[in-house]
Amino acid sequence: MCLGVPGQVVEVNGLVASVDFWGVRREVRLDIVDQPVEPGDYILNHVGFAIRKIPAEEIEETLALYEELLQAAESDMMSADVHGELEATAPEGDGHD
Amino acid sequence: MSDRVGEKYGVLGERVTLKHGAGGRAMRMLIEDKLAAGFAPLADGEIGLAAMDDGAAFRLGDGWLVVTTDSHVIHPVFFPGGDIGRLAVAGTVNDLAVMGATDVLGLTSAMVIEEGFPQSDLERIQRSMQETCQEAGVTIVTGDTKVMGKGELDGIIINTTGVGLAESIVSDSGLNPGDRIVLTGPIGEHGIALMAARRGLGLEGDLRSDVAPINDLIRTARGAADGSIVAMKDPTRGGLASALTEMAEKSGVGIVIDEASVPVTDVVRAAAEILGLDPFHIANEGKAVIGVRPNAADAVLTALRSNPQGKDAAIVGTCIDEHRGRLILDTGFGRRLVSEPEGEPLPRIC
Amino acid sequence: MTSVGTSKISGQAKELKFRDPAQARALSARLAGLCDEIGRESVQVMHVCGSHEQAIARYGLRAVLPKTLDLIMGPGCPVCVTDMPEVDEAVVLAVDGALIATYGDMVRVPGTAKSLADAASEGARVEVVYSASQAVELARSCEAEVVFFATGFETTAVATAAIVLQDDLPPNFSILSAHKYVPPAMEIVARIPETRVEGFLAAGHAATITGWGLFEDFVDRYGLPVVVAGFEPLDILAGLVRLVELIRDGQAKVENMYPRCVTREGNTVAQDQMWRVFRTASGMWRGIADIPNGNLRLREEFAHLDARARFDIDTRRLRAHVPSKLTERCICGTIMSGLALPTDCELFGKECDPENPVGACMVSSEGTCKIWHQYGGHPEL
Repeated sequence: MCLGVPGQVVEVNGLVASVDFWGVRREVRLDIVDQPVEPGDYILNHVGFAIRKIPAEEIEETLALYEELLQAAESDMMSADVHGELEATAPEGDGHD
Repeated sequence: MSDRVGEKYGVLGERVTLKHGAGGRAMRMLIEDKLAAGFAPLADGEIGLAAMDDGAAFRLGDGWLVVTTDSHVIHPVFFPGGDIGRLAVAGTVNDLAVMGATDVLGLTSAMVIEEGFPQSDLERIQRSMQETCQEAGVTIVTGDTKVMGKGELDGIIINTTGVGLAESIVSDSGLNPGDRIVLTGPIGEHGIALMAARRGLGLEGDLRSDVAPINDLIRTARGAADGSIVAMKDPTRGGLASALTEMAEKSGVGIVIDEASVPVTDVVRAAAEILGLDPFHIANEGKAVIGVRPNAADAVLTALRSNPQGKDAAIVGTCIDEHRGRLILDTGFGRRLVSEPEGEPLPRIC
Repeated sequence: MTSVGTSKISGQAKELKFRDPAQARALSARLAGLCDEIGRESVQVMHVCGSHEQAIARYGLRAVLPKTLDLIMGPGCPVCVTDMPEVDEAVVLAVDGALIATYGDMVRVPGTAKSLADAASEGARVEVVYSASQAVELARSCEAEVVFFATGFETTAVATAAIVLQDDLPPNFSILSAHKYVPPAMEIVARIPETRVEGFLAAGHAATITGWGLFEDFVDRYGLPVVVAGFEPLDILAGLVRLVELIRDGQAKVENMYPRCVTREGNTVAQDQMWRVFRTASGMWRGIADIPNGNLRLREEFAHLDARARFDIDTRRLRAHVPSKLTERCICGTIMSGLALPTDCELFGKECDPENPVGACMVSSEGTCKIWHQYGGHPEL
């Protein structure tokens, strides 16, 4: 459950932001997002509330994570090294704990 | 407990609900089972009520007389991209056109108006009907006006009936395995614009209805491939999903649609993502789905694209012999069955 | 006020990278390889999220999963698991004259006697809203009592909480909470003795709020791996790859495959607001089970905003007119646990169909029973 749509903040006015979703704008409330939000930031919108600021670098990080899964497929799947690599990208190593 | 209380809180008897007017399966079942039953059929080869097509077709000399009727109710009466007057003219012209009757003899217009409806709005609707008639090259030849008491209807209802001539007609059931499916332009614009205007969803952007008469566009297509166009339908309520499912069922073929080739504008795609809706389920009022013999598909596409209304036309799918009556979507990841919407699509959160 | 001009959005173009079919094929090949390695007849995993099911169906992902991977839809759609008596409460309020504002998902969900859509067809006022704040605006703009029928998991509950904590709410606004809390439902599934579920794909957006750390205790107690995944096609496939890797290696641990949205602690601001406003309560989830602490109800101090405290909601009037308790014969819970097929249910296609659904599996557009009813299972395309 929980339809979440990422959008980019265009304008912030107190607890209300105007957010662009691929050319459609909507007001999104900032009551429950846990980080300061500024124009240019990406947020995850659910039912008109920002529930998360999405740091741009973490989009890249997710892509890198998937890339590693695929590399693991190409190398020896049972290789302990590969699992070591994956461990490194597991939550403990995320750097935002 | 009294019967009145039972009625208020209890189990519903069979009633008509909004679902029965949303263009999907429930509506077809109601019409097939209840409303269209018991009337004498037309002569062999003619298209009557039982065909549940966009209109009826009678033989007239060497050609055909095509008749269709449509009652238009819409809220709000004026919406981004159009109004009820434009819709009333375009809707009926398009129903004729997709049966092959692109040359319209005339339209009737019957209005039922709620007491208290502003005369200025009525004039605005009238002007819009005139303009749309000019665009389509048609005229209104007779009409009727009724006024009902305040609260007895919501503003205004316009019924238009259209009569047209065709040298040959096109049904919505003529698809064969191998035929290609051509779509005349991007989908979902009418329904999304209406939803944004109606429900106060707070969406801002260039969301406009596509409501327009497309008889000229259909004429262009038929001119390029006469005889090779085997089926047509306008994907109105119920969207592309309902139109194609109905065509697949009636024709006894399966239809495979390549999702990447289906035109959808960025704003419609965005609004649909935000609201959790599928553009395939959203209504159109200025588009047609055209089934074409494989060797003529490119010619039809080129002709459509030469007309400004068809500049984004695309070949979107192919008919197959398997999965008869089913609509299959190739998403680029995998294939899935597409179901028809149940009732009017509503924004969802999960 | 601060502002930037934006026309084309690069970040969202990036978001679309999670929809690359070529990468999806590579991930599904990897998944097939893993299942081969495991070499069993079937590996059964469960997702517990309606949006996962929506995305899996939307993109046709089932078609690219290995035959031996059995991906089951668990009790993951808060709308489908909203029990009939909860719908009944909203229906009674609507019939008695309140304006019910609710999310579009809830409108057609059947109660004991009727849905909100049915009530509306008889003249009750039911408005679809996109956001809880829209329900407040409705109350400001009219005289009627406006009741926000609030549904959804913690992701949505935090939005309701934020509204409850606003100072200047109009006096004619109240909330009927049918919010659900995910973690207890996973426990129920894990505890079913005969369950064959070997791992869970956890809901990324619920975890955005609660944090992935929440699942550590669950993993410790049940020895089953949990992978938090997002909702784009690649997110789901990558989540499944990692989950099956963990199963292959016999590792019971939590992995976060959705780091762009989920952290270990989650959104603590939202959690604080949610627990200030809500308490958990036990209750029935439609067709599944009585879930201890699976419902979120307004705390006592917000009784003035709680429709249940403000109005005398007598749902017996609805039930008095309904013959039998079909729900007792519904086997949704067993179907969701992967232990039965829809055709094993005596109600299937008879008393229970998409027009008159009894259990959650027939309510959801992607519910197992509904799909079987429409298409006779998952046909080979």
